Amino acid sequence: MTDTSNTGGKRTGAQILVAALERAGVETVFGYPGGPVITLYDAIYDASFKHILTRHEQGAAHAADGYARATGRVGVVMATSGPGATNLVTGLATANMDSVPLVAITGQVPTTAIGNDAFQEADIYGISLPITKHNYLVKDAEQLSQVLAEAFYLAGSGRRGPILVDVPKDIQTALLTPAPAEPVIIPGYEPEPPLQDDQLAELAEALKFSRRPLAYLGGGVTASGAEEELFRFLTENDIPATATLMAKGVFPDDHPLALGLPGMHGTKYANLAIYESDLILCLGARFDDRVAGNVRRFAPNARVAHVDIDAAEIGKRVDTHLPVVGDLKAVLARVLKTVTPVARPDWLRRIDELKQKYPLPLPPQDGPEIKPQSVVLAISEATRGEAIIVTDVGQHQMWAAQLIVSTRPRRFLSSGGLGTMGYGLPAAMGAQIGRPDLPVVLICGDGGFQMNIQELATIREHDLPVKIAIINNGCLGMVRQWQQFFYKERYSSSIWKHEPDFVKIAEGYGIPSRRVTEPAEVSRAVRALLDSPGPQLVDFKVDMFENVMPMIPAGGGQTDFYEC
Amino acid sequence: MKKMISLLVRNRPGVLSHVAGLVTRRGYNVESIAAGPTENPARTRITLVVSGDEREMEQVTRQLRKLIDCIEVRDLKYSEAVTGEVALVTVAVEPEKRLEIMSLANTFGARIADLDENSLTLQVVGSSHMVDMVITGLAPYHIKAMARTGLVALPIDSRENRESLL
Ligand SMILES: Cc1ncc(C[n+]2csc(CCOP(=O)(O)OP(=O)(O)O)c2C)c(N)n1
Ligand SMILES: [Mg+2]
Repeated sequence: MTDTSNTGGKRTGAQILVAALERAGVETVFGYPGGPVITLYDAIYDASFKHILTRHEQGAAHAADGYARATGRVGVVMATSGPGATNLVTGLATANMDSVPLVAITGQVPTTAIGNDAFQEADIYGISLPITKHNYLVKDAEQLSQVLAEAFYLAGSGRRGPILVDVPKDIQTALLTPAPAEPVIIPGYEPEPPLQDDQLAELAEALKFSRRPLAYLGGGVTASGAEEELFRFLTENDIPATATLMAKGVFPDDHPLALGLPGMHGTKYANLAIYESDLILCLGARFDDRVAGNVRRFAPNARVAHVDIDAAEIGKRVDTHLPVVGDLKAVLARVLKTVTPVARPDWLRRIDELKQKYPLPLPPQDGPEIKPQSVVLAISEATRGEAIIVTDVGQHQMWAAQLIVSTRPRRFLSSGGLGTMGYGLPAAMGAQIGRPDLPVVLICGDGGFQMNIQELATIREHDLPVKIAIINNGCLGMVRQWQQFFYKERYSSSIWKHEPDFVKIAEGYGIPSRRVTEPAEVSRAVRALLDSPGPQLVDFKVDMFENVMPMIPAGGGQTDFYEC
Repeated sequence: MKKMISLLVRNRPGVLSHVAGLVTRRGYNVESIAAGPTENPARTRITLVVSGDEREMEQVTRQLRKLIDCIEVRDLKYSEAVTGEVALVTVAVEPEKRLEIMSLANTFGARIADLDENSLTLQVVGSSHMVDMVITGLAPYHIKAMARTGLVALPIDSRENRESLL
């Protein structure tokens, strides 16, 4: 309880803000203080939730994002005005692209100073406009409680997303008598659009007559918690499924109906199955250009059904014959009731044939250098779907997406839409805080690891047992690969001339670490990484010239595989 | 194709930025945007005229509907709305030609809003088509300056003042 004895029952805006967070059930906040939020941090001193001080605001934003993806709850991040707020930008954009529920609270210069180029003033409201679901600049302390209640409601309902609340310093210091919170009513906002019977009936009808239906799964399945309904729907109707990064694990990767990743670095059999399908069932995905590089050569013979909670996604990139607006869990539950299960042996035989004929290519393991894929495979074998796997962005991310066997939702966290290097380490940290009961393994490139490396300090400080595997190919592998294929091996600014000693760096942060260079050592090293207590790091030195295959070049259709 | 959209939004700081930001970010062509108070001080009505291909036009309403501060988004047909626009047009004109212009103004019910020796400012109120006609009529003279409000529209059925929106 805060001492209010000499304020006549009045409380500061900062205290009211903290109380609103407590009311929203917040357990953990990630953030970084500064002058314009010092009053807020004073109130946090008495808060019931934990505040994790990161080493960079970007780290705090990604950590809140990792926490949210791992738990399904709203992640909370705080930063000071000006530079603190602008450091959140990449984290907000990352969360916005992947529909991750976040509430970001930023300090702002006093309302009287706004617009005067005051010290540490930045228009974060304007800056965050296109990268949030919604945002607020609070100009009246009386509205703080209400705005925060709205922010949490909006972040965690409908199509999830980040909400930013900018709070000027004088709003934090204002003294007022807290008003009882009113229920949140936002006219015109429909987070759970009512299902339309005609849309569902048409979908059921189309399914009945489809001989080669294919489910294309996106983050909406994860967000709506529809994995059980999905499992029944796919297995009872013989529908093979391809899952994007955002849906990995919602349907078990080791099931015969699972086709793995679609698109640019997807399996050939997933892409060929899409191409041959007569009915694409897009479930909470959005036909991103990394999946459908060329919408005309995506599924030329298929009718397209698109189920999404966000009506604006339907018809955005591809023509949709069967739109269904609604929450996936509710839609699938209804479909299960109306559809009579159909067996499709011919289609499943064809799928098997594609899998036999075009398996994922794996490099031979008998060379002198470690193949990056072997590290990822060893991690998959050692964790068996029981861990949360977090990746950064680049080649290692694609190998992880291809090779990690995920069997449950929220166990594979990766920046899909924005492709943010530097996401992995802080997100792994946030995931571990949200799920202390699960092992968390970070698979990270040597480039991206250096983009938020400072968070090793936070991990050490809180003794978070994150297991870090650096897939160290000595280069910006994904860029180098494109240069090899499409720019005549002109490796412009993609291969370092000097690389830091990650083992020594980890040591400096107090994190046990080792380097592994021998192919024969890989699986033992992975096991040791997972079995040793506390945070651990292994720097796997791997073959610089390994490429992610298969590959459909940007703008290609589902059969336009690149042959090297 | 062109489309007229009527938005009823919460009268909040920043709501215009949200609408304008959305249409620019998504790359829609905005012909005009007009915003102003309504009968309810907590609401603002915005009339947008946008142009683009069919897919874009379908998207724009859906995207606008997603804005949290948007209470209602309606595609309006001219037959379902009363519309109007105000234009101020300054033309260079010697005193002896004034009468010509004034008779043109009269035909369209335009008012003289300002006048000096060498120029004359007309205030035109009416449909966008009528404003266009006046401007065409003035084209042979030298138009020195012009300002148009953009179209404002009110759905005809808002006469029934639907309580559910309040
Ligand atoms: C912040 C950011 N900057 C640049 C890029 C472009 N980019 C995509 S992958 C990549 C290379 C990543 O290198 P590394 O982290 O070593 O991973 P690798 O591809 O080698 O596995 C780059 C530079 C990006 N995605 N994010
Ligand atoms: Mg690398």
